Amino acid sequence: MKKLILTTALALSVAGWAQAGDVVRLGTEGAYPPYNFINDAGEVDGYERELGDEICKRAGLTCEWVVNDWDTIIPNLVSGNYDAIIAGMSITDERKQTIDFTQNYIPPAASAYMSVTEDADLSGVVSAQTGTIQAEYVAQSGATLAEFATLDDTVAAVKNGEADAAFADKDALAPFVDESNGEFMWVGEDIALGGGVGMGMRKSDTELRAKIDAVITEMKADGTINAMLVKWFGEGTATY
Amino acid sequence: MTAGTCADPATLEGLAWLGCYLSTGKHMMFYASFGTVLALLAITAPLALALGFLGALASRARLLPLRIIGKTYTAMVRGVPDIVFFLFVPIALDQGLEYLRHRIKCPDWTEPVRRGADFVVCPAAKLPLSSTPQIWHEAYGFALAVAAFAVVFGAFAANVLAGAMNAVPRAQLETAEAYGMTQRQITRRILIPQMWTYALPGLGNLWMILIKATPLLFLLGVEDIVYWARELGSAKTSAYSFPHPDWRVWYFLALLLFYLGMTKLSEVLISRMTASLARGQATLGGEARRKAAGA
Repeated sequence: MKKLILTTALALSVAGWAQAGDVVRLGTEGAYPPYNFINDAGEVDGYERELGDEICKRAGLTCEWVVNDWDTIIPNLVSGNYDAIIAGMSITDERKQTIDFTQNYIPPAASAYMSVTEDADLSGVVSAQTGTIQAEYVAQSGATLAEFATLDDTVAAVKNGEADAAFADKDALAPFVDESNGEFMWVGEDIALGGGVGMGMRKSDTELRAKIDAVITEMKADGTINAMLVKWFGEGTATY
Repeated sequence: MTAGTCADPATLEGLAWLGCYLSTGKHMMFYASFGTVLALLAITAPLALALGFLGALASRARLLPLRIIGKTYTAMVRGVPDIVFFLFVPIALDQGLEYLRHRIKCPDWTEPVRRGADFVVCPAAKLPLSSTPQIWHEAYGFALAVAAFAVVFGAFAANVLAGAMNAVPRAQLETAEAYGMTQRQITRRILIPQMWTYALPGLGNLWMILIKATPLLFLLGVEDIVYWARELGSAKTSAYSFPHPDWRVWYFLALLLFYLGMTKLSEVLISRMTASLARGQATLGGEARRKAAGA
């Protein structure tokens, strides 16, 4: 209790000078390479880190990275624990009812099934990450959905036979397939889902959203975003 | 292991690779998180003991309202599953404090605080403010966790201490009364010094349970050893500098050894304390000590 009161008192006194800078807190998951992940130095890294830092630089904002679990990432944005979600979040109508999105910074990309055998039953048990558009798709496809909190767990479920296949963003599954020495393989057709990946913001934060939208437009025009996309997702990825 | 070689892990093999791997920044955070757990223990144990002491005194008080408060506190916490309390106390405290600040700082705010499932206060009432450095957000989360642990373990400690106070032989207190001591003097001079020997086995158990409850920090969103073990152990593709398959079993094995070491150390210390507290007490332990000294 004492500690709490002390911290509260400190938080109150710190507030005085901290208000000076225009700090924008960026919330990310940190477990979805190459979109965002915690690198070996313990820092947020990945495409979205590089992109987010560049956006903040160009918009003249001081940005701070916050790691938050995927399943509570939208509620914590709404309650103000950070100011934007930049976590490989696809723009969907359902999410738009709760939060607003900037324009996309990754073009609509394919989702894919990954399994350990060529003839995996895609209408059997399919694993996907909770609260993703892929999970929703699997549920509607008639397959049995096995939901997991992280991408790692989704892949692990296929490996240990709990699920027949995993369904996720193709770019996120690609490293697992490429480096598995043939253990994992693509199954079935790629499926296009969502309206691309954008930054999620509170509906009331229209000013910040306009500012960031303008920077993204600028970065799309001068080729910065395309260069970053190729750097993180490889040649042949969809660009603008 | 110079920084030069560690900078390019792909060229390394065997022990050199492992050495570099185990000294990455992320591993340093893992090692530091053991400090977080120890800090939690160091802060929570005395706080819980103090709360427990107050709770025990309150539940024995002559004043009825005080007695009701003390008994309700212990009964309530003991009757509700720990995990529910660990999830409830931090959220309740956080929202309670934010709501208070909201009422004080933003009296003109017209939108409701509760909107569906969301709890939204005005920006000036946020705790900590969104403009505060990340370290304070983490400290705040940790403080909330400490509060939750202290409330729960305080109730258990209150029960143990109340039981210990009742276990002090009535004859000891009657003798004090015969000497003309007041109730307050009896409590301070006779009851409290003598109860510790009865309380220690219970408190020792509580301490063990507290050690084993520390991974609940993970549940409260604090980046503790469980968080880092899971994060470091999960399979890493070449997006990371040190790719490796799923190594979680090894990291959790390390945690297991850490906790076993902690309990062993605690057992040794508790048995020493029990022996020294038994001195001069009207208990079996005290009697054994007296005989051993006389022989």
